[in-house]
Amino acid sequence: MSDVTTPRERARPEMSGPVLGMVLFVASEAMFFAAFFAGYFTIRANAPAWPPPDVPHLKIDIASVLTVVLVASSVAVQLSLRATRAGRRRPALWWLGATIALGVVFLGLQLYDYSQLGFGLKDGVFGTLFYVMTGIHMAHVVGGVAFLALVFSQGVRGRLSPTHHDPLAAGAIYWDFVDVVWLCLFTTFYLLTPR
Amino acid sequence: MATAASVPAPRGIIRRPTATTGWLSWFTTIDHKKIGLLYGFSAFAFFIIGGLEALLIRAQLAKPDNTLLNADQYNQIFTMHGLTMIFLFVMPMSAAFFNYMIPLMIGARDVAFPRLNAFSYWVFLLGGLFLYSSWFLGGAPNGGWFGYPPNSTTDPTIGMTFYALGLIITGLASSAGAINLAVTVVNMRAPGMTLFRMPVFVWMGLVVQFLLVFALPIITVALFEMLFDRRWGTHFFDPTAGGRPLLWQNLFWLFAHPEVYILILPAFGIISEILPVFSRKPLFGYQFVVFSGIAIGFIGFGVWAHHMFAVGLGPVANTAFGITTAIIAVPTGIKIFNWMGTMYGGDIHFDTPMLMAVGAVAMFVIGGLSGVTHAVVPSDYQQTDTYYVVAHFHYVLFGGAVFGLFGGVFYWWPKIFARQLDERWGKVQFWIMLIGFNLTFGPMHILGLGGMIRREYTYPASLGLTFWNQVSTVGAYLIALSTLVFVVNAVKTQRTAKGLANEDPWDARTLEWTTSCPPPVYNFEEIPVVHSIDEFWHRKYAEDKEGRLIRVPAGASDHAAADGHGGAIHLPTPSFWPLIAAVGLPTIAYGVLYSWWLVGAGALVTVIGFMGWAMEPPVAE
Repeated sequence: MSDVTTPRERARPEMSGPVLGMVLFVASEAMFFAAFFAGYFTIRANAPAWPPPDVPHLKIDIASVLTVVLVASSVAVQLSLRATRAGRRRPALWWLGATIALGVVFLGLQLYDYSQLGFGLKDGVFGTLFYVMTGIHMAHVVGGVAFLALVFSQGVRGRLSPTHHDPLAAGAIYWDFVDVVWLCLFTTFYLLTPR
Repeated sequence: MATAASVPAPRGIIRRPTATTGWLSWFTTIDHKKIGLLYGFSAFAFFIIGGLEALLIRAQLAKPDNTLLNADQYNQIFTMHGLTMIFLFVMPMSAAFFNYMIPLMIGARDVAFPRLNAFSYWVFLLGGLFLYSSWFLGGAPNGGWFGYPPNSTTDPTIGMTFYALGLIITGLASSAGAINLAVTVVNMRAPGMTLFRMPVFVWMGLVVQFLLVFALPIITVALFEMLFDRRWGTHFFDPTAGGRPLLWQNLFWLFAHPEVYILILPAFGIISEILPVFSRKPLFGYQFVVFSGIAIGFIGFGVWAHHMFAVGLGPVANTAFGITTAIIAVPTGIKIFNWMGTMYGGDIHFDTPMLMAVGAVAMFVIGGLSGVTHAVVPSDYQQTDTYYVVAHFHYVLFGGAVFGLFGGVFYWWPKIFARQLDERWGKVQFWIMLIGFNLTFGPMHILGLGGMIRREYTYPASLGLTFWNQVSTVGAYLIALSTLVFVVNAVKTQRTAKGLANEDPWDARTLEWTTSCPPPVYNFEEIPVVHSIDEFWHRKYAEDKEGRLIRVPAGASDHAAADGHGGAIHLPTPSFWPLIAAVGLPTIAYGVLYSWWLVGAGALVTVIGFMGWAMEPPVAE
């Protein structure tokens, strides 16, 4: 049974532990949001009219700005990752800072948008779905900003290098995922909802 | 890790704990073996509590028109019995074995994220205690373990809010643990330990972790929606405002059917380790056992609506799910035949682990067959919400999982505690448990088909249900007696002197037995190199020219353990932060119930915990 080709050393994993862990976490989160969307479309498919007539219609203007902001932040975090891999420390930190700043802008702008909508959490099942789904997404943005801020503080102290930047790589995966979820939310609530 | 570039000087408000012995070390440990023990002890404590709840249920049903419990108390007790046994006993008990054994079986020194491991445990324990605190704060959950709305969302007592919050917390624990163990198996196997040289227990562990990663978020969403409906008046499940009660049922069972396999596959893994060892034969059809386990994992996501046949989904949906349900019996049946093939022609030794494993297979077959009857939709209409269903799932979950887990306890006890549980007491326990189990749950088939409704708190004498209910109650107390026998056995055993005459008492086959009993903190002085399935067996035995087994003399094998240099191995340092971060979560949950200030305080504690965790290097200088 002995196999002569068996290496004496542990094989180098394809993905480092933190990055693989983040990939699995994001897979889990994808199921999480998928279940919300499944609920949304189940309820919508069984509703007599959509959106329900008693709810003020959503306006697409601020939401479009939110989309641009979040997509830009995704680009920024990828540029930061590239710069880190290339060993360009200052640009890496600048781009990471820009990512965090855009995340904060997104949060502030979305809160402002909430205040302008004219309906609330309890206003029928549409209000429930809209606020809970975008709100849970918002909580994910808050978590992402906090996570990237921790990575940023590590970077400032010189703990990110071309060979050791797992937290940044993992954070970028998470941040891109949050961005994709927003694109799904935007499509569902703004593009696919008749106005 | 990012800290490898330059490790900063230790900072912070709390001095880093370093002790690995003493009572305090149990709160700061990040050693997978200690965490495994913590999981095991906590899960066993919840097993006792859940068992006492079961005894109350059986006492109430021992005679018609009984008034020992009123309907309200009964609702709370059966709900908590189900939640406890599923979420606070079988899942963490499986996590205990996974935690302790997976690193040893794949030749690793620890799990991928030791501090996340500690965090998972504390979140699980605190989540369980949070759920149980509901008894003192206005009443436990009372809507059954599947908590159907609108009953669960309109119930005026606080119990179902505890249910939603408590299960979200324990679900977080399981998710974190699942990611950790999956990365461990993928990334940390010893050299030569290819995927298809892994012990089947590790394979089943990997499948379970993936099921957890993909299934838990679904119920988390359902629980969030229930929480919002109950606490903040949203309308997810409120049909008067456009919500859908059926949405809950779909989400719940889309989680809960994979959950069934999350509960049973660990026991399948244990059985697949025990049977070859005590039959002195390799596992029959290793690849079939592995692939059928993976198949169960996939198909398990496609059968959920068989829990909802009576809801009225229509003949097309019911037929489709009836077919998938019949299909999932196939990979399960494959495993049964593999286990029988393993024993066939083997040199079988009926020690207690083997008795437990064989008992688990036999009882699971009975439960599996009654499960197939649920795949027949018209038959299922008759069985829905009767005691027939209760009989079925106790045969698979008690008969399969609990017997299997006890098999693991007896099998690995010498490994973990360097003492062997008394065989005679073990066999006495097994036979009392087997008889008690069949007396308890066998009659429930008859009761269910005779019309006894699940979850009714009493029944009139005129229905003719009294006799079998009494048999069932006697059986339940026999199970309690068998558990008592186990506790006595365990206590007696732990009072004897530590040390085994033979550190490989079962003549085992897998890597965890190549190290000492109990294993040193670092598990292996030298990381083993793996050449085949059943590596340890092949180090011990070779074949002569006629193909007969001959024992390789100790030390003659070229891969015998090297001299000890364990002192030079760097292991992660204990840490307070996982516990601190975990304490914040139930605090947030209490805050949701009582005060926004508490939510803020809990969130602050968790954030501080995570920050401290992120800032501290894994290994202290």
